[in-house]
Amino acid sequence: MAMSVIWTVMVGAAVLCGLATGNGPAVAKGALDGAAAGVELCLSTMGVMCLWTGVMEVMRRCGIADALSRLLRPVLRRLYPGYAHDQRVMDAVSANLSANLLGLGNAATPLGLEAARRMAEGSGGTASDGLCMLVVCNTASLQLIPTTVAGVRAAAGSANPFDILPAVWLASVISVAVGIAAAKLLSRVWR
Amino acid sequence: MELFFTMLVPCVMLAVAVTALIRRVDVWGAVTDGARTGLKVSLSIMPPLIGLLTAVYMLRASGALDLLRDLLSPALTAVGIPPETVPLLLVRPVSGSAALGVGAELIQTYGPDSLIGRTAAVMLGSTETTFYTIAVYFGAAKIARTRYAIPAALCADAAGFLAASWAVRLIFGG
Repeated sequence: MAMSVIWTVMVGAAVLCGLATGNGPAVAKGALDGAAAGVELCLSTMGVMCLWTGVMEVMRRCGIADALSRLLRPVLRRLYPGYAHDQRVMDAVSANLSANLLGLGNAATPLGLEAARRMAEGSGGTASDGLCMLVVCNTASLQLIPTTVAGVRAAAGSANPFDILPAVWLASVISVAVGIAAAKLLSRVWR
Repeated sequence: MELFFTMLVPCVMLAVAVTALIRRVDVWGAVTDGARTGLKVSLSIMPPLIGLLTAVYMLRASGALDLLRDLLSPALTAVGIPPETVPLLLVRPVSGSAALGVGAELIQTYGPDSLIGRTAAVMLGSTETTFYTIAVYFGAAKIARTRYAIPAALCADAAGFLAASWAVRLIFGG
């Protein structure tokens, strides 16, 4: 429903603003160009997306995701102190983070939801600190190689589509660190 | 250093394939199965992309985006965010395909290797669809009182946008 309102507001603002500023004909042409651009964008990034989901499937089948998940566990015990001894939660949380890092979005969500359901057991509908942390970590982007964005840049003729990687990593780390710090601070005052 | 980032994807491909072969995994079967999944995902985002890019192109042509940019420009410039990225900041937490559409439009309009194009790309790569994720997680866990999860997640988003702008300026200059 939210998207219906957003889309209608976008189109409405464009038509009204176009009429008011005398850009009406440009708006009409924009509608046709935009629809074509949607197809072009999708087709031009399809190859990269398929290549990467292919490579990710190999990673998953040969156990690279599992190995990374085992490596992450000690760190995660400290991030989720309330669940450090709950084997099921720690399994799901570390597999979720490992899948997020590798960009296995389709695998990450069910793992994260499994951890979320387990954390919510017996909570009476109130989010625990661990669950809030899990949600905050999943609303931050942790993907090491953002291939879709690189695909968009490549399609637009970038000289080196992956030259943004250090900037993406830096921004992701800062964003996640601020999210974790905010969650830890707020957990003390917001009961 | 630049060579490292250029060669990262091919090298990851090779390393993964060799690891898989040693572990006797059917590499070719996995690559093609995975690509098939990617094709489905790709096709499933085409309808929303068509709808959203239509709206974004109309907004751009109408002059409404320039108006919005001029309106928020002083505040954003003060904190170091390029004002042209306003539409991306607004849709990023709400819809993933809208953000991809808006970001792609910025990248094409200003050029992928421009300051604005790079900032848009880094913003896309370092943030997530916050409200969608929150709805999915708390919905699945049947949580009604979400406490501080939303404000903390929005702090992370704001930090991501700021850090993306600063990181691009720091690394690429300008």
